[in-house]
Amino acid sequence: MNEQTLTPEQRAANLKGMGSSRKRVEDVRFTQGKGNYVDDIKLDGMLFGDFVRSPYAHARVVSINTEEAMKVPGVVAVLTAEDLAPLGLHWMPTLAGDKQMVLADGKVLFQGQEVAFVVAEDRYAAADAAELVEVDYEELPVVVDPFEALKSDVVLREDTVDENGNATEGAHGPRNHPNHIFTWEQGEKEATEAVLSEADVVAEEMVYYHRTHPCPLETCGSVASMDKVTGKLTLWGTFQAPHAIRTVVSLISGIAEHNIRVISPDIGGGFGNKVGAYAGYVCSVVASIVTGKPVKWVEDRMENLMSTAFARDYWMKGKIAATKDGKITGLWCHTTADHGGFDACADPTKFPAGFMNICTGSYDIPTAYLAVEGVYTNKAPGGVAYRCSFRVTEAAYFIERMIEVLAIKLNMDAAELRRINFIKKDQFPYQSALGWEYDSGDYHTAWDKALESVGYDKLRVEQAQQIEDFKAGKTRKLMGIGLTHFTEIVGAGPVKNCDILGLGMFDSCEIRIHPTGSAIARLGTISQGQGHATTFAQIIASEIGLPADDITLEEGDTDTAPYGLGTYGSRSTPVAGAATAMAARKIRAKAQMIAAYLLEVHDDDVEWDIDRFAVKGAPERFKTMKEIAFAAYNQAIPGLEPGLEAVSYYDPPNMTYPFGAYICVLDIDVDTGEADIRSFYALDDCGTRINPMIIEGQVHGGLTEALAIAMGQEIAYDEMGNVKTGTLMDFFIPTAWETPNYITDHTTTPSPHHPIGAKGVGESPNVGGVPCFSNAVHDAFRPFGLTQTHMPHDHWRIWKTANDLGLHG
Amino acid sequence: MSKMHVKMNVNGKEVEGLAEPRTLLIHFLRENLNITGPHIGCETSHCGACTVDMDGKSVKSCTVFVAQAQGKDVTTVEGLVNEDGSLGVIQEMFREHHGLQCGFCTPGMITRAHRLLQENPNPTEEEIRFGMAGNLCRCTGYQNIVKSIAAAADTLNAQKEAAE
Repeated sequence: MNEQTLTPEQRAANLKGMGSSRKRVEDVRFTQGKGNYVDDIKLDGMLFGDFVRSPYAHARVVSINTEEAMKVPGVVAVLTAEDLAPLGLHWMPTLAGDKQMVLADGKVLFQGQEVAFVVAEDRYAAADAAELVEVDYEELPVVVDPFEALKSDVVLREDTVDENGNATEGAHGPRNHPNHIFTWEQGEKEATEAVLSEADVVAEEMVYYHRTHPCPLETCGSVASMDKVTGKLTLWGTFQAPHAIRTVVSLISGIAEHNIRVISPDIGGGFGNKVGAYAGYVCSVVASIVTGKPVKWVEDRMENLMSTAFARDYWMKGKIAATKDGKITGLWCHTTADHGGFDACADPTKFPAGFMNICTGSYDIPTAYLAVEGVYTNKAPGGVAYRCSFRVTEAAYFIERMIEVLAIKLNMDAAELRRINFIKKDQFPYQSALGWEYDSGDYHTAWDKALESVGYDKLRVEQAQQIEDFKAGKTRKLMGIGLTHFTEIVGAGPVKNCDILGLGMFDSCEIRIHPTGSAIARLGTISQGQGHATTFAQIIASEIGLPADDITLEEGDTDTAPYGLGTYGSRSTPVAGAATAMAARKIRAKAQMIAAYLLEVHDDDVEWDIDRFAVKGAPERFKTMKEIAFAAYNQAIPGLEPGLEAVSYYDPPNMTYPFGAYICVLDIDVDTGEADIRSFYALDDCGTRINPMIIEGQVHGGLTEALAIAMGQEIAYDEMGNVKTGTLMDFFIPTAWETPNYITDHTTTPSPHHPIGAKGVGESPNVGGVPCFSNAVHDAFRPFGLTQTHMPHDHWRIWKTANDLGLHG
Repeated sequence: MSKMHVKMNVNGKEVEGLAEPRTLLIHFLRENLNITGPHIGCETSHCGACTVDMDGKSVKSCTVFVAQAQGKDVTTVEGLVNEDGSLGVIQEMFREHHGLQCGFCTPGMITRAHRLLQENPNPTEEEIRFGMAGNLCRCTGYQNIVKSIAAAADTLNAQKEAAE
């Protein structure tokens, strides 16, 4: 077969471009143990760092004695805040405009806080010595409840009050109490209150989204190597945003940015855990500067769960107003947000509560008001987006619970209540009451397809029968049908309103075509399992007609990749994917000129055809992209520079709004509290689909994280601020045994503003999955009077719900 | 702490080294021998990222002292590659059926699957799920891992049949 005889379909298939379930190129390395993760990095003379951590949630640090620790053979240094202070590195800025102690500066604010950093020749010596660092603490009263914190006389952050004890202005405006961080308001308060007071029906509920943790299988870590001869710092780490880390390291350390090279090697899962900057990163850098040797720091699982990046902890008080036939007229929400000891949320600067104002969800709600109040407590700092785009999962959980609560109040079927309130297809682009412009959607089609696929009406008939049987004593099982229609907001974001620490949230791609028609592309993002090396090559393949197999993709090395803001918030495809398409189109534009020159026609007389430019009206006269690539390096073309490469920095005009319809059926044993997932159907609409195999894998994984969160996963504290779930014994991660099979489905509603119409998918299943599982549990108990109970729905809580409802006789 | 002379067979090769008796097998493999396929995910035996095969049994090498591995036969994911360097059947099936994403749990998964299929060459889906329950994955939701292992079982059985 030559270029002439292949059919257009064969030529397109050979590219393995968009829409192809191309096998992943990453897997040849990973399946034989040849990944290269941070802990795999080994440098000559490398030292290991380990933290001494606080056993107390709130205490003064009276003294630190390192004498015995320094006697341990192999110990090189023990760093404390005193050692970091002269460098100005004992505190560091957080992503939320607050600052955080790198090492305890006079006090500790949460259990597990970093107090001292031991550096030794191997990890055993470091651990031995950490045990021998003597810290004298003076315990202080502990505040773990955010509502109490706002009333308490206990001042957590003395650095945020003036000499009279009054709260100083915060990064997000005035503060009304020393433990208050910010209040963020969106929408129209008075108008919403007026709607509520005049409504036929108002449903009111407190919806709590508990504290949990992203817990990727690989914990956080870094290796810092300061070369004193060249003055160049190389920092490997588990960074979801390597370029931003480079800028931050430069700003806080004073090392010129061109002398810092940040490398994110393979990353063993991120899920938001690896967006922020952590004390370990800073300490490994300082230790390398101090010792002149490379220093590795890798946290263990307990440290991971206790200190780096919790997620959620949102108390969402809601009111939803409707007419008596179910048309929603208004939504009100007041959220109390527990941020822990430092405000280390990962949110764009102007959004202290992330995109919580997407909480009107998939519904056409004319009037709405949202207030979020951030609070300091004696818990770990964070508030990261655990597999979601900046508080979108909180918002989705809130609205999807409120819809169910309203359905109960109206005595309506919750599927029908959703249907009559969906934003209609012809309303897009849709301006929401809380300030967003939804790009595209077709919710009714997705919803009807989902209900039909699961046989919704039949399920309700079966459920009604089961309730009768239960009441008649014939069964001890209850059937729950969980419904969710979610709308996400991802792809942050337009530079005009999205930045992190002042860095606009654009992203980038650089493509170089080699003379023989293969290519290398580099992006500002970094894969953590999403398969970027596979999928971004597919975008390029479709855009420029070179086979994906001939395109190498690189990310994560700031010395070579173009600047970008990284991978989180489902932003890689919406932002860097767009940059990839735009860079490819620049190449194609130049290729068109080269082709026209070679074919001796005017530029406008050739047209693009899968993998070539052909003369209009004479398709047998063409130049393939491969031929054009060689010509770019081989021919002196008048008016054109040699070479074929392009770079694009893409500033998205809007966010993208993926959506989906999920339905879960489960059976609850009221006597044991066990919930058996009978089926789970997930319809996702992520716009244009790049690799269906990878999309399906993302959905499976996200749903399993949702299962974990909804059904048992929790970071729990006792009243003394002790972490009760600090190991994988207590912190629930489902195994293959507890995890169900999922049915995946899709509709395709492209984003109108994205160059290839893609919206992003990785986080949808978590955003939609959590309310879906939770709604199923609630639904099972609805006939017995349950309106709202809190996640996670572990066996104990389900049993307790059954017991409280009098179902145990 | 004084060091002991450690000898064992890893992936078919006799290896030796000096290590404190308390050294964990995972650290000996990764740091002394540069075998970095097995990973550390929890250090408490829960996650299974460190799973290796020791004398024909799956063990979590984060909770085995190197002294306990003295003289033993150890197989890691690196040892499951075919002699010509191509992927072994289980490795190939994980690739084929998208049984991995970030790749961090994968070496432990594949090494455990290798032993599971020795113990039970024809597992049902339920038996695969039960047999793999000591290995956690945060990315895949297991559905494609189960599919990969079932496909590997079929391929291995077909190969065995063809050879007989």
